[in-house]
Amino acid sequence: MLLIPCPWCGPRDQSEFSYGGQAHIVRPAEPAALGDGEWADYLFMRDNPMGAHREQWCHSGGCRRWFNVKRDTVTYRILAVYKIGESGGEGEGGGGAP
Amino acid sequence: MSYPSQGRRLPEGGLIDRGSPLLFHFNGRTCSGYAGDTLASALLANGVTLVGRSFKYHRPRGIVGSGAEEPNAIVQVGEGALTVPNMRATQTELHKDLVAASVNAWPGVSFDLAAAAGGLAKILPLMPAGFYYKTFMWPQSFWRHYERIIRKAAGLGRAPGAPDPQRRDKINIHCDVLVAGGGPAGLAAALAAGRCGARVILADEQFIFGGSLLPGDAAIDRRPARDWVGRAVDELRAMKRVRLLPRTTVCGYFDHNFLSLLERMPGQPLAERLWRVRARRVVLAAGAIERPLVFPNNDRPGVMLASAVSQYVRRYAVRPGTCGALFTNNDSGYTAVLDLLDNGISVAGVVDPRTTVHGPLPGRVRERGVKIHTGCVVTNVAGRRRVRGVQVMTLSQAGNTVTGKAATLQCDLLAVSGGWSPAVHLHAQSGARPVFDESRACFVPGESVQAEQSAGAANGVFDLAACLAEGHAAGAAAAAAAGFSAAGGGEAPSAEPAEQAPLMPLWLAPAPPGHGKRFVDYQNDTDAADLQLAVRENYRAMEHVKRYTALGFGTDQGKLGNINGMAIVAAETGAGIAATGTTTFRPPYTPLAFGALAGRERGQFFDPLRKTAIHQWHVDHGAEFENVGQWKRPWFYPRPGERMVDAVNRECLAARGAVGILDAGTLGKIDVRGPDAAEFLNRIYTNAWDKLKIGACRYGLMLGEDGMVMDDGVTARIAEDRFHMTTTTGGAAHVLAWMERWLQTEWPHLRVFLTSVTERWATVSLAGPRSRAVMETLCGGIDFAAAAFPLMAFRDGTVAGIAARVFRISFSGELCYEVNVAAGHGRALWDACMEAGAVHGITPYGTETMHVLRAEKGYIIVGQDTDGSVTPMDLGMEWILSKKKDFLGKRSLSRPDCVRKDRKQLVGLRTMDPQEVLPEGAQLTDSRIVSRPAPMVGHVTSSYYSACLKHSIALALVKGGRARMGGTVYAPLVDGRTVAAEVCSPVFYDPEGAKQNG
Repeated sequence: MLLIPCPWCGPRDQSEFSYGGQAHIVRPAEPAALGDGEWADYLFMRDNPMGAHREQWCHSGGCRRWFNVKRDTVTYRILAVYKIGESGGEGEGGGGAP
Repeated sequence: MSYPSQGRRLPEGGLIDRGSPLLFHFNGRTCSGYAGDTLASALLANGVTLVGRSFKYHRPRGIVGSGAEEPNAIVQVGEGALTVPNMRATQTELHKDLVAASVNAWPGVSFDLAAAAGGLAKILPLMPAGFYYKTFMWPQSFWRHYERIIRKAAGLGRAPGAPDPQRRDKINIHCDVLVAGGGPAGLAAALAAGRCGARVILADEQFIFGGSLLPGDAAIDRRPARDWVGRAVDELRAMKRVRLLPRTTVCGYFDHNFLSLLERMPGQPLAERLWRVRARRVVLAAGAIERPLVFPNNDRPGVMLASAVSQYVRRYAVRPGTCGALFTNNDSGYTAVLDLLDNGISVAGVVDPRTTVHGPLPGRVRERGVKIHTGCVVTNVAGRRRVRGVQVMTLSQAGNTVTGKAATLQCDLLAVSGGWSPAVHLHAQSGARPVFDESRACFVPGESVQAEQSAGAANGVFDLAACLAEGHAAGAAAAAAAGFSAAGGGEAPSAEPAEQAPLMPLWLAPAPPGHGKRFVDYQNDTDAADLQLAVRENYRAMEHVKRYTALGFGTDQGKLGNINGMAIVAAETGAGIAATGTTTFRPPYTPLAFGALAGRERGQFFDPLRKTAIHQWHVDHGAEFENVGQWKRPWFYPRPGERMVDAVNRECLAARGAVGILDAGTLGKIDVRGPDAAEFLNRIYTNAWDKLKIGACRYGLMLGEDGMVMDDGVTARIAEDRFHMTTTTGGAAHVLAWMERWLQTEWPHLRVFLTSVTERWATVSLAGPRSRAVMETLCGGIDFAAAAFPLMAFRDGTVAGIAARVFRISFSGELCYEVNVAAGHGRALWDACMEAGAVHGITPYGTETMHVLRAEKGYIIVGQDTDGSVTPMDLGMEWILSKKKDFLGKRSLSRPDCVRKDRKQLVGLRTMDPQEVLPEGAQLTDSRIVSRPAPMVGHVTSSYYSACLKHSIALALVKGGRARMGGTVYAPLVDGRTVAAEVCSPVFYDPEGAKQNG
């Protein structure tokens, strides 16, 4: 069971959290302007890296806040945790839709 | 009380309490033992050597080991609801009146039907490697015949047939240093870490600490090792931050240094406790497991690990045989010979494949006059139900065959030692990979990937002096890594280093032609030939060989056999042991009961139960309940003598003809507030919300971003910046989480706050032409005239003296008022409604009637008429899709797949026979089936008998359904009949809406 450092509550067991998949997927400003392929990319296509992966987690059994986690998908080590809207150190900011 | 004599008990010695005799029962026989015994040691003391039958061949089997590795002595312990299957007799602490039985013998261990027939292998002719794959692949229909025989003959214990009456619990805990294993290395580690001030947990699976020191005569700090164990435990017990957990198995090592420990408390009110530990550092001091040797008929009862022989003789004061012999490839096995001799048991000889044997231990054995057959191997074991003697032959020069004339050693006990395998299980579970060490011929821990360190025999260090030093250093280092000063760790305990000659790897003893089976995995009857056959059939990866031969598949998970098996496969493929590698070590280390994982979370504590404020009234009035998510909702209210159908028909007619009353308190309710609330709803719902007037309500539909219907409900505007949203009963939590996520991650600039208020409100719905009259009786302050209070409006006021918000909305198609009051007043409101409605024939109705009423109107239930693949267009709800604004899911609705003409669309169905009610879920076809498979054109989603309309009604999703109006579809049923139905509008009742608008 992962030990996840919630930016608001501190380290808590994974069982208090829910997983939201890949982070930094921004909802297109004008969906109607997109072709089917572009919309499908936004809707369905996700990275599946071996190694560092940026994901959204929600402290659903605690403060109910969403935040970003940079996690290694091989070792499960948590490399960074940062709030929504922050870049996490590598210039990637913004929101991220489900 | 008289106790049966323990014929095989030594007159003195052992760590047993001879003042506390205990009666117990095994396979119907009454035996006696002592406190401090395991079931296995007590059985041996009583002369019981035959404890089970093997899985495939039903060969007689005896006790092999003395701990977690035991493959044969697998027993059913306890009776009735307390019975536990698949317990290892070697780890079952003896207690008064213990009842145990062999699990793998039918009808009995001494007379075994399957063995009489030659084992399963004879019942099912030929059971080579891959038997399951080859035999059961085809024809599939034969499996049920095989299965019946196999289950009967080969089952491993029975699950209890009644609920568990015992209490089990879970506990969560943090510590600085968790030490797994309380032998010399573990005790030294715990002492060092504890002295540094760290919070330490020391767990050991046995009921006393000491591990390998318990049978031995070693000295630590120049005193007997057992004394050192006692002092160490006393010192640890005195430390406030140290927790000692005997009878506790560290069974799982998970991510981020999270481990699970199972503590057993036999005879206590709390039977078991699962410790869920988050440790800063872990010291793995789980010891090592002795390997058996693989030679012909090595499974005869009386063949026993050398270390187990020492345990039984010295720790339990039991004679496991009357005359012993030893087959070993290393020096440590000689200890067993000395222990036998010291206790008056003769030893017929030692068989050692090494040509020169010169270490101190063999030297002491030679001095005692025991002949050592060097350069030899055992080539056969005589005796079926008990070892009668062993055959010995000389290894050839090359070491791959045997030569010369066979010698015979007369004995009834054969101790075997093939070297030691460090217990790397927890290390491997942590995500690390054990590596093969050629010089020590064993897998040792590899590089750590979590905050753990192995010490002692678990780390491949087998000398006591080195174990103590390494354990001490590991404990101090763990404390230092957890932030404590390692200087406080004190002196490491010391012992004299013992010299041992290297072992000679012997993974498979050569045997003469026509030799007997050489078992690798006792529990699954996997022999060396099975593994060799698997390799010849081109199974080369160890994980594949495992699955093909069932190596390591038993409840013992191959603790004895796996390493030998891997080495045999490596020899056969030529790949080498290091490259062949191990199979995956998975938790738990030893089996644990499901009840231990469930703890208290069973029965009424399995899942929260939600009841409305009016629940007790429903109970008092005989309601049948149905579960909707976690809610208990009244399903229908049968009167005496009524069947369900009678009750539902009566309730439906009452709501249509007079007035019905429904407890609607379970509907999800979310308070949506803030300056941007209307804009937020615009994005969440498919329709527009900014123009909704205060005091009005609107039906809304929510889609996922994929365009599929997710939830629906009516939302009211309370103020310019405030809405009262309702959701489906089952979807409330998901809808709240969904909206929170969009607000937090994508639209943080929207000033909106969401609050779940489901439990704050009690909701009573009055439906039917007389509902207005009831409301007017209860409430003087609101004008209920149709023009003053139209459909889709709400009013605040006082109902029966209670502050209330009254919505005029209708899910039934009738004139309907939904009265919301603070939850605490819900029961008073209900009682007032029942009293005021009595003269109007008010009738309580449940969810079944609610479903019939809404289906008559063609109103969908999300999750019943939709299934996550249904768009608003499929439901004929284009009218609710705003063209002027974007909303979640809108773009998906124009994806090519969503605009196909042949998508399934919502329609109504009327069966040709009006009394015939189609089963929900029934598949629909275009014609009566003439050949299979027949193309399906849709399925029934809702189906009821309508008492009001006097015919059955159904809703269905049918391909291109709206173009089929008036056409016929067919429902082929399970009972062989085919029911014809006409496709019609889904609105069966009052299509103009005159009733609900009235």
